[in-house]
This record gives sequence, structure tokens and C-alpha cells, in this order.
Amino acid sequence: MSGARQPEEFAPEVVRLHERLRKEAEAGGYRLNPDREFTLRLIEGLLANEKRYGYGCCPCRLAFGEKAKDLDVICPCNYRDADVAEFGACYCALYVSEDWIAGRVPQRSIPERRPERFVDHGYSAEAPSASGTTVKGELKLPYPVWRCQVCGYLAARDAPPEVCPVCKAKQDRFERFL
Amino acid sequence: MAFVRVPGRRPLPKKVVLFALSTCGWCRRTKELLNEVEIEYEYVDVDQCSGEERETITAMARRLNPRGNYPILQIGDQVVVGYDPERIRKALGE
Repeated sequence: MSGARQPEEFAPEVVRLHERLRKEAEAGGYRLNPDREFTLRLIEGLLANEKRYGYGCCPCRLAFGEKAKDLDVICPCNYRDADVAEFGACYCALYVSEDWIAGRVPQRSIPERRPERFVDHGYSAEAPSASGTTVKGELKLPYPVWRCQVCGYLAARDAPPEVCPVCKAKQDRFERFL
Repeated sequence: MAFVRVPGRRPLPKKVVLFALSTCGWCRRTKELLNEVEIEYEYVDVDQCSGEERETITAMARRLNPRGNYPILQIGDQVVVGYDPERIRKALGE
């Protein structure tokens, strides 16, 4: 439970996933928490969740164990970008900001952004937020527009991409935007 | 799993109970802090519970923290949600 663990004490699959996530994060303009032990332990938890639930649910949230109900908190979760922007870290502190790394924001846990109804009953897809622009009249587009719920990437094509090119979220994390 | 008692060198007059998740980094930090101050406490990893036991334990956790996020630390009649070392130390009377 306590005591520092060296990187070689983690399973090779944990170390490999850490390396892949780090590269993907940096390619997309994100940063993994540089505290290697903290991060390796989170990734160990992520892999434990993948094994017991079949998908990598957030290690810091209690999973329902049904993919549809946990869809918004499959890592990277739908709340990561907003949390990194506001608090300098995602809910788990797996993903952090430059300010967080530099110690300009407190390194502690942050409030839960996931809506209470999802915490209580599980995720459910909803219409895009009412704060968006209202399109008046009939909007004719040659293609539907799909939005990645993790990072906001938009793609105008017949179907969403299999993997988000920015944040690597899978196809099931896209919603119809227009 | 049921509640695990961690014997400390300094039993407190207040009851200290931690509701945690086994995979969560902040929950682990909270356990480490409690170990460091060597007080006696009980913890349960809610994600390791199933069936009726899980329902009972999540209901207990919800009464302490209606928002339902972890870690939840009960120190006597105070509740600290999340890893907040200053608040935890203060509530423990450190």
C-alpha cells in the first residue's frame, strides 16, 4: 500500500502502456503526470479495470461495470480537457498541465465534474449543450459532422473515424454534432 | 472485501474510516498519509466489493458524501472528500 516502487517493479505491460500514452499525449499537445511512480500506479489501475470490466474505466471513479454507463469515464474521460484547463489536472492527475508540472497550481485532488445524474445512474447520451449557437432555418450540409466528446475534434464525413486523430479516443466516443 | 483495520500506534478517540478505490492514486495518497501519522483507521476499497456488501457500503459512503466520489474520509463527525492533506491533518488534530 505504501512505499515507493521502482519502475522495474511494475509489469512490462504497465511500462509499455505508459510509454505509449506518454507519446500519444505529447503528440496531441497533452502531458502525462511526470511523477513516474504515481502515473505507473494509475496505469496499473487502468489495466486492472480493462481486465475486470473489458474497458479502461477511470481508475479514480467507481465503475458500474457496464460499458454504456461508464462510456464518459473511459480514459481519457469526457471531462479531462475541462479539468486540465481549470485545475491543471484531470480527475486522476494522469493528465496535467505545464502549470501543474511547474507547481503553480496545487497538486491535490479536484472536484468531480461528471454530472451527478451520471454518477448516480450512469452515462446517457444527450443533445449538444444549449449554450451552442442556434442555427436558424434549414441547415443543409453535404456531410454529417461528428464531435469527439473527449477533445472536441470535429470531422465532417459519413461516419466518425475509428480513432480520434487528436486524443486517440475510440469511435464510440463521438457524437453527432450537426 | 470488508473493512480492513489498520492498527496505528496512536489510537484516536475519534473513529477514522476511509472509503477508497483500490486503483485510485488520491485514495492511495490518503492511505499513505494516515499510515504516516500512525493513527488507527479502517478502510474499504469499494471497487473490490460486490453484491449486497457493495450496496451497503456505497449507501454508507453516499450518506457521508452525496456526490458519490472518492476518497471519502470520515474523522469523527467530520468528512473530507478527496485528498486534501491540510484538511485531513487538521481534522485529525495534527
